[in-house]
Amino acid sequence: MSDAKVFILVTHADGKADDSAFELAAASGRLFPGASTTALVVGSGVDAVCQEVATVFGEVWKFDQAALAYPNAELLRPLLVKVLPAGSRVLLAHNTFGLDLGPGLSVKLGAAYVPDVVGAEGLDGATLKVIRQEFAGQVSAHVACDISKGAVVSVRPGAFKPEPSGATGGPVVDRSTEATGLSARRSFVEVISAEAGDIDITKEDVLVSVGRGIGEQENLALVEALAEAMGAGLSCSRPIVDAKWLEKPRQVGTSGQTVKPKVYLALGISGSFQHMGGIKGNPFMIAVNKNPKAPIFQVASVGVVADLLELVPALTEKIKKGK
Amino acid sequence: MDILVCVKRVPDSAENEISVAAGGADIHRDDLVYSVNEWDNYAVEEAIQITERLGGTVTVVSLGDSEAEEVVRREMAMGAGQGLLLVDGAFTGSDGLGIATILKAAVQKGRYDLILTGAQADDGGGQVGGMLAALLDWPFASLVNRIDVNEGKPLRIGREIEGGAQEVSDIETPCVLSIQTGINEPRYVGIRGIRKVASVEIPVLDATALGVETASVGSAGAKVRRVDYFVPVAGAGAEMLTGSTDELAGKLLDLLKAKGGIK
Ligand SMILES: Cc1cc2nc3c(=O)[nH]c(=O)nc-3n(C[C@H](O)[C@H](O)[C@H](O)COP(=O)(O)OP(=O)(O)OC[C@H]3O[C@@H](n4cnc5c(N)ncnc54)[C@H](O)[C@@H]3O)c2cc1C
Repeated sequence: MSDAKVFILVTHADGKADDSAFELAAASGRLFPGASTTALVVGSGVDAVCQEVATVFGEVWKFDQAALAYPNAELLRPLLVKVLPAGSRVLLAHNTFGLDLGPGLSVKLGAAYVPDVVGAEGLDGATLKVIRQEFAGQVSAHVACDISKGAVVSVRPGAFKPEPSGATGGPVVDRSTEATGLSARRSFVEVISAEAGDIDITKEDVLVSVGRGIGEQENLALVEALAEAMGAGLSCSRPIVDAKWLEKPRQVGTSGQTVKPKVYLALGISGSFQHMGGIKGNPFMIAVNKNPKAPIFQVASVGVVADLLELVPALTEKIKKGK
Repeated sequence: MDILVCVKRVPDSAENEISVAAGGADIHRDDLVYSVNEWDNYAVEEAIQITERLGGTVTVVSLGDSEAEEVVRREMAMGAGQGLLLVDGAFTGSDGLGIATILKAAVQKGRYDLILTGAQADDGGGQVGGMLAALLDWPFASLVNRIDVNEGKPLRIGREIEGGAQEVSDIETPCVLSIQTGINEPRYVGIRGIRKVASVEIPVLDATALGVETASVGSAGAKVRRVDYFVPVAGAGAEMLTGSTDELAGKLLDLLKAKGGIK
């Protein structure tokens, strides 16, 4: 069984493969040791992407069609159902595209769906064992999956580090002619880019970042006062933007901004992977949270279990005095 | 437009310390604060806003134990006219596909133009909406943060993609959409609103009433099974500071100074 093929769906944009492609190559090695890998590159004008990923996969299947220029999951799903052999094991990234494509794909393939995998625990015959997280990352779970009829596995971005691969530049097989006659009841119109305002948290060296733990809108003043005393930028997690307490350009995370500060002070933020995914460059991170089990304590440099509503004003006072 | 919204009762992870119980068989459930899954609440609000503008009905469905009734009532208090509960011991242990299978049966008992789910719930899978659409053979879109209804035409929808950009598409109805937070501002429901719907009857359907084969759902039908919960052995983890509020503030001040955190 372990020599069954693994198919990896490559996300790409502007002629470049997403980092997730290389993470999925590593994930394949851990989830399905020894299995040969086939990358699936679907799009229009994708030769460069095919060459780029050929370095880490056994082979690449290219599906190059003008009609596939934008990755519409509703079009890709019937294509994959048509070209994938029965019992295939498919890996895709747990990103906004994977969330769109994967669940329905597993149903149409009659395969098990294993979402948001963060770790591999081994393959035992047709039983795949993985690690997932539940309850916003507060606890982990061992999960066993019957993949005798195939599997669609979505892998959390950042969970598997890309590794130098043994593959030596596999062949690119052009299967574009199979990607014709596809239709969908959802058609792509346009992409509207995120609003750019005057606020730019991506250039800040020091960020004070506030999350749902702030509780009430009027408490925000406490955090604003701290940021001002520190001379730091003010950023936040998603619920603060959803509640319209702060502007969207201040949101850190996969659906917000990617920041690279030297110091990041996280106040009442639990540490979801979507939030942490927006923090790069390994900053010195201080986390203040009243829950000792908050996942952010696993990644922060320094942690404080405290009520931010008490600690923040005390810290602001100390800074003002110390100046 | 007749809309079905799927909701789930979940432990509120913002309010609770979740810990592993019974050697991993479950989490500690005593004293947990439960609420409606955050994403589902936005889905219900969106459905209500659409029908307020254009007419139609909103039905809120939940699959769970008898306690699920509490969240269905709460969402009805927001303005959903109908509730529906799917309860059967045979549903316990269902994987995503099992849940989608049960929901499909419920969908086919009614007539809906649109089905909304939350983008994800407490297990972070984000799978039920997409599976339900595939089982029904309806089109699907995930992470929807905008719905424009133009009578007689496909829906114009926005999906939130990486970096907060919006992918705009047209989608035919009937369809299934999974809703992202922030699409609207869910209305507040007070005790009084909940009292108003306290006596509205909520039908309860079991596997027989739904015509669901029990072997295809629950742990019997699950391909994906949780073996246990555990707490990962912490890596390096954070260096934890202790002390009184004043001492903690002092320690943070020193650290911030040392690391260039104060300008
Ligand atoms: C597709 C997708 C994209 C997403 N993109 C993003 C993104 O870009 N950015 C983002 O941030 N999220 C994003 N999310 C949401 C993400 O999954 C989490 O829901 C979110 O990050 C949680 O924000 P939080 O940590 O502020 O809130 P919570 O997870 O609710 O955490 C609040 C924390 O505050 C603590 N707390 C409460 N009161 C106090 C107090 N008085 N003192 C101290 N601590 C307190 C609690 O213990 C808790 O840990 C996305 C989700 C999806 C599905």
